[in-house]
Amino acid sequence: MSVLPLPVPPAPRARRGRSRALRVPVSVVISAAVVVLFVVAAVFPGLLATHDPLKTDLYATLQKPSGSHWLGTDDVGRDLFSRIVWGTRTSLLIGLGVMALAMVVAVVMGLASGLGPSWVSGPVNRLLEVMLAFPTLLLALLLVALLGPSAESLIVSVGVSTAPGYARLIRAQTISVKRSGYVEAARALGHTTRTVVRQHVIPNAFRPLVALIALGIGTSVVWASGLSFLGLGVAPPSSEWGLLLNAGKTQITVAWWLEIFPGLAIVLVTLSFTLIGRYIQAVVEGDHVS
Amino acid sequence: MNIHLGEPVAGDRVVRVKNLNVSFVGPAGRSHHVVKNVSFDLHRGQCLALVGESGSGKSVTARSILGLSGETAVVEADALELDGESLLGRSDSWWRRIRGSRIGYVLQDALVSLDPLRPVGKEIAEPLRLHRRGTRATREAQVLELLERVGVPSPGLRARQRSGELSGGLRQRALIASAIALDPGIVIADEPTTALDVTVQAQVLDVLKEMLEAGTSVIVISHDLAVVAKLADHILVMQDGQIVESGRAEDVLRRPRHPYTQQLVDAVPSEHTKGTRLSLDGPARTRELFPGTRDHTADDGPLLEAHHVVKSFRGPDKVQRTAVDDVSFRLDRRETLGIVGESGSGKSTLARIALALETPDSGRVEFLGRPWTAAPPREQRAVRRRISVVQQDPLSSFDPRWRVSRILVDAIRLGDPVNAHRAEERALELLGAVRLGEQHLDALPLRMSGGQRQRVAIARAIATDPDVIVLDEAVSALDVSVQAQILDLLADLQDQLGVSYLFISHDLGVIHHVSDRVIVMQDGHAVEQGPADQIFSDPQHPYTQKLLESLPRLEYATLREAVSR
Repeated sequence: MSVLPLPVPPAPRARRGRSRALRVPVSVVISAAVVVLFVVAAVFPGLLATHDPLKTDLYATLQKPSGSHWLGTDDVGRDLFSRIVWGTRTSLLIGLGVMALAMVVAVVMGLASGLGPSWVSGPVNRLLEVMLAFPTLLLALLLVALLGPSAESLIVSVGVSTAPGYARLIRAQTISVKRSGYVEAARALGHTTRTVVRQHVIPNAFRPLVALIALGIGTSVVWASGLSFLGLGVAPPSSEWGLLLNAGKTQITVAWWLEIFPGLAIVLVTLSFTLIGRYIQAVVEGDHVS
Repeated sequence: MNIHLGEPVAGDRVVRVKNLNVSFVGPAGRSHHVVKNVSFDLHRGQCLALVGESGSGKSVTARSILGLSGETAVVEADALELDGESLLGRSDSWWRRIRGSRIGYVLQDALVSLDPLRPVGKEIAEPLRLHRRGTRATREAQVLELLERVGVPSPGLRARQRSGELSGGLRQRALIASAIALDPGIVIADEPTTALDVTVQAQVLDVLKEMLEAGTSVIVISHDLAVVAKLADHILVMQDGQIVESGRAEDVLRRPRHPYTQQLVDAVPSEHTKGTRLSLDGPARTRELFPGTRDHTADDGPLLEAHHVVKSFRGPDKVQRTAVDDVSFRLDRRETLGIVGESGSGKSTLARIALALETPDSGRVEFLGRPWTAAPPREQRAVRRRISVVQQDPLSSFDPRWRVSRILVDAIRLGDPVNAHRAEERALELLGAVRLGEQHLDALPLRMSGGQRQRVAIARAIATDPDVIVLDEAVSALDVSVQAQILDLLADLQDQLGVSYLFISHDLGVIHHVSDRVIVMQDGHAVEQGPADQIFSDPQHPYTQKLLESLPRLEYATLREAVSR
């Protein structure tokens, strides 16, 4: 009998199974650090800011990034770094607020459409279809125009316009869980409908949403900045990032930093939330399939 | 008929495998040795069967003859030859020339193996086109000829349809047609009839038999010994990657020498196995599970009774279809009522009605002498714990987030609101009754084997101390030896707990083994109903007769000689 030249296994790596989920990729660790940094900036802007974000200094207008002004100054000499730090709160709050509102609307509509009796689910479905037929931006613009520009109306308009997409997802999840073998098994055991919904439908239908929420915060920040840039969001002298971009656009040929750094802040926040969301998604799905 | 049963001439050899070893290198660099020193020869016009359970290495063995063992596989052999040519170390392009033209491959599931968006005719013409045989026009004619050869009626129409528009049997035959399009000398069929109903299975087996008679060599992979008995000249029994027994089909099935083969042969349920144990497991101990909680003699009369039940559904095309049409039955204490029928016959709908998960359009169902499907939900919930269910796919019947302990505790506390600690203890007792242990309490069903999952499902079903358990194809997805263990366990539970079964299956052998009485269903009708032995020995309805004829029965009889030694 021939001896098999089997490949020699390398030194054993970390134990497989549950511990594998704990090996978090570096990109996710960095993203988490970035998010923490921005959260600190949002909660305690005074800790990070080097200057008063509103203090003008006419002797130091349009300064390049330097030791005294890390990211330069704008046309009235305000420190850009401090303005970005102070603007974090508004931008992040809008992102979170949009997501929270979108989720509330989406959960109500999604569950009504997925679990409700036909006289509830029918009209809700038609409403969802109508809302989905509008491009998100168009719907958001319409709502901002109706509500007038402010942080609150930004939250409401972007939240309401992005909700139908999530509602459809919740609906689809709910329906597939509702028809699953384990819901049938629970009903056959004699659980009440309420228990079945609480115990099985909600947790399983909402599992994939955790990842989407993280992804959604990132995109909401972009949405909100976009609308502010168009002058439809927060009003000056707030230093919301979209506003900073708007204010700097006229000086882009002489002061590139006024556009680059606020833009970078938006990219960093969005990218970090997206990477974290993707990671959660992979963990949740991997747990299902594996 | 089997002209190759004697020692074949050496020149006849089409495949030679000597000391084949296949291992897979895992992601962590560990290797799994899945095929160990397998040797066999395949001769012209011969049918060789690879028999064994999932994971025994039978598919991997066959796939290495096709060069399809996978990227991470390490294939080694003293000899691996096709018509005297070595198959070792060949390039991808070489393999592409061989596959289809010299070896055909029929996969298990024709629905996923055929492209749903292309007409079946195109799909069959594909190998012809790839190997540049003929012109478009001659290929079309050839496709029709092929379809005719595999017994597809009106081939001209079928060739234009897509795989989704064909029935399971027609799909499987179309797949065989594409495998033999280039007239390969060898066809490898991996579980070719596993997903098929028994009458369709008979048709597919006939096609394979005709190919054998025409001189094609066939390697058939199956866990179904009845199928194997019908086709194979030679059988290789595999266990853990090794051949544990090989020989002429008749010898292996009639006089199995290796204990594992004996176990496999004994595990096949049929008319001859009624009342006997199929596995080597001793009786389960469940008597102490429910001490004196219930007085079975107290209420006589039928447990579950259905009168003229009708149920129809509206399909996506808005056409009303009657799934169950005027079916009546009664289930008594300690009795097993078998419901047998092919897919779409309405068995599962009947199961859901028996569980009051579906309300019949007309007719009535009574459970424990009281209205059941017509009762208000509150009243239904109060008695639900006395009728439970084991579904076909245990995995999908468990919440993916829940571990075994939570699954059981949830059911236990519904039956009997005990405290959490006591419920955990009960969960452990239940696991013991279904032959699982403490180590499984914390397991996720996802990481358990099919047999273990079904045991958990049974533990959950008995947790509430039910009078009736509805078993909907509960053993259909299991390997034959695991199926034997589960059937034995169910018999023990019935003996010791006095529970009744509504046993639904498409497998005639299983139904005959377990049932006291049988209902045969076809297109929503109960075409025949009566004691199991009477139905199986003297079927009255033509459909029942057809079912029983289609079952590879003769072979079963030969098979059982070994058992009744």
